[in-house]
Amino acid sequence: MSNAHAANKSVLWDWLTTVDHKKIGILYLVSGGFFFLVGGLEAVLIRIQLMNPEMTFLTGNLYNQVLTMHGTTMIFLAAMPIIFGFMNAVVPLQIGARDVAFPFVNSLGFWLFFFGGVLLNLSWFLGGAPDAGWTAYAPLSTTSTGHGVDFYVLGLQIAGAGTLMGGINFLVTIINMRAPGMTFMRMPLFTWTAFVTSGLILFAFPALTIGFFLLMFDRVFEANFFDANMGGNAIIWEHIFWIFGHPEVYILILPAFGIISEVVATFSRKRLFGYSAMVFATVLIGFLGFMVWAHHMFTVGLGPVANSIFAVATMAIAIPTGVKIFNWVFTMWGGKIRFTTANLFSVGFIPTFVMGGVTGVMLAAAPADYQYHDSYFVVAHFHYVIVGGLILGLFSGLYYWYPRMFGLMLNEALGKWNFWTFFIGFHLTFFPQHFLGLMGMPRRYFTYPEEFGLGSLNFISTIGAVFMTVGTIIFIINVVVTHAKGKKVSGDPWDGRTLEWAIPNPTPHYNFLQTPLVRGLDALWIEKMAGNKKMTPAEPVGDIHMPNNSILPLIMSLGFFIAGFGFIYYSSAGAPALIAIIVGLGIGLACMFLRSWIDDHGHHLHKEDLLKEDKGVDA
Amino acid sequence: MDVGERLTDQNFPESPEKATLEGKNKFLGFWLFLGGETVLFATLFGTYLGLRNSFGKGPEASEIFQLPMVFAATIILLTSSLTSVYAVLALKENRVKQMRRWFFITLLLGLSFLGLEIYEFVEYVHEGHTFTSGAFGSAFYTLVGFHGGHVLFGCLWITALLVRNSGRGLTLYNAPKYYLFALYWHFVDVVWVFIFTVVYLMGKVG
Repeated sequence: MSNAHAANKSVLWDWLTTVDHKKIGILYLVSGGFFFLVGGLEAVLIRIQLMNPEMTFLTGNLYNQVLTMHGTTMIFLAAMPIIFGFMNAVVPLQIGARDVAFPFVNSLGFWLFFFGGVLLNLSWFLGGAPDAGWTAYAPLSTTSTGHGVDFYVLGLQIAGAGTLMGGINFLVTIINMRAPGMTFMRMPLFTWTAFVTSGLILFAFPALTIGFFLLMFDRVFEANFFDANMGGNAIIWEHIFWIFGHPEVYILILPAFGIISEVVATFSRKRLFGYSAMVFATVLIGFLGFMVWAHHMFTVGLGPVANSIFAVATMAIAIPTGVKIFNWVFTMWGGKIRFTTANLFSVGFIPTFVMGGVTGVMLAAAPADYQYHDSYFVVAHFHYVIVGGLILGLFSGLYYWYPRMFGLMLNEALGKWNFWTFFIGFHLTFFPQHFLGLMGMPRRYFTYPEEFGLGSLNFISTIGAVFMTVGTIIFIINVVVTHAKGKKVSGDPWDGRTLEWAIPNPTPHYNFLQTPLVRGLDALWIEKMAGNKKMTPAEPVGDIHMPNNSILPLIMSLGFFIAGFGFIYYSSAGAPALIAIIVGLGIGLACMFLRSWIDDHGHHLHKEDLLKEDKGVDA
Repeated sequence: MDVGERLTDQNFPESPEKATLEGKNKFLGFWLFLGGETVLFATLFGTYLGLRNSFGKGPEASEIFQLPMVFAATIILLTSSLTSVYAVLALKENRVKQMRRWFFITLLLGLSFLGLEIYEFVEYVHEGHTFTSGAFGSAFYTLVGFHGGHVLFGCLWITALLVRNSGRGLTLYNAPKYYLFALYWHFVDVVWVFIFTVVYLMGKVG
């Protein structure tokens, strides 16, 4: 029935209305990948400007815009959505579910992110991008002229709403929709990290939502939250931003930890060493992540007591993180290691992330931080943990789960070129920046005089950026080659251990014909060791209930997109902007109303059709 | 049983709002959403506490706040919480008519609260306490206004639910919807208790 149904409608319409977590995962991955390229291009422009002393390639306000958009794009529009892409593609499969808890909301979350990202990037063509840094500190952001910062506030507000929905969705999915036998302590580690990350999103993003509202009210409606002349206080912005911002870096890195844990175990042919310690460390990192935000504000003048408390709390995070590092190493110890591209990225991740962690502890020492603060040392640190940590993890995940997501295997030879150019390029780019920072080079400045002697290290750094670019281009070539003439692979190309490899390729749109019965950690591996060809089913073949597609999420997001434009131009355009606000919010509310009004019971796939389809796959 | 089928006293489950997987998901998801909302309001309260004595060009809090009216608003909102409890009790026993009646009373109380709040804001503006008169004004109207916006959204929500389901009995599909509205309404009430304490009482005394 579903096939006959789908055949009548165009492919485009299917992708615009889909509520299938696998397709939404691909949508997240593709749009996040696109924004990654945009952010990467901005990074290259920055490195060209800093290549030599006193360059004039990209100066002043334009440099500020590129710098701001690089950070903002990479964090909110590249890293977050790619993580959500993996969570969508993998988590329901790993827990033996047929979809997420709220498929409609899932689609809405994607489209809000997408329109928010588009809105933010339209600023390039509409009078200039935001220029107050990705942290948008007040009063720099409140007094920035033009509409750049308005695009930042509204674009991220809309995208952030989507992220919050995604977080709630995955929490409920993981709590309520695990297959029989899939207890919490049998969940694969990627699902665990997705769970903790979703919890962090739930409690961190609302703070940012309010921060953006306050900033918007100050800029658009002449409120006085951050205006000292009227009794406002700019430090409030810093607190709100980092109460969100510090959990955010754990939101980013935890899923990468999860990916590494899956990949290292699979390619060592061993179960993960210290599984329960890994789970505990993940939860502990998530918890401590909320206690350390003021370490971004050591130089604000909060006083020695506050600084000490936040310094100690920050250093404490090194303990659970160290637990993880050792567990990965011990997983490999004595394992039958295969150095596939996915595993190369994972193994490369471990020492790189340790280096980022070490500088993290250095920065946590409040007195020393007065020296490092706002220098390239900080830039080196956070690129080591975000690029060397998260991005290597994401590449690892891409090579690992590509066969699951697309039914094709990425080319391993190109993959290894991809790894080595990117990995060497990464260290070449960011390792010298530690020393640039210690030598006194401040972050965010667009140039430096020749006599400061910063030229050669900056030049090396730019060469590294070229290598990283080459690595990324090789990856794109790999994707093109793979889709042009890649081989279709079986459902389990890596000899996997977890449930997502128990499904035939291509993944049926209902995932599991019969919900599997989980008998322990590494559910598929247990069945393999018991000599079973596939998972033991927990139910007989029966009708499957599936959610209906809907175009409402897209239209609703479009409504908020239009309203966003209205708010951005309200302070300068007046009445036309007000009309955009009313129309846009009207569309959004109308869609919510329609969603409530129209009964949507989903549809059933019938047992007979399912069995026919299943036989078709085998034959 | 079909989720759209009208429930009878014979097949009425103990908790119709959680009898299906969709219902369970909504129930849990909404609790988590309220957790996020708590952070949202906590951030607003934090901001307000930081700015509550920065009056700028506006009048001071103790000069303008009028406790009798705010007290009346408080009583109205707390009563609406009680009526929504009665509605949920009726829901649990499949007494549709009573449930709808109690929800309707809840809606009326919500609207009267909103009326009082609008009246209060208009009064303040006349006395020079505006959104732009100082940091206190911005923080006050943002915090209290966000709460008022939540009340307004709740009123729209329950209106849509009551109109859509008029003449329809309880089903496994609409029972979670009614129930979630009640959860939301309680949350909005609890926030008001904090606003009454932190904004009005502390503004008058502190």
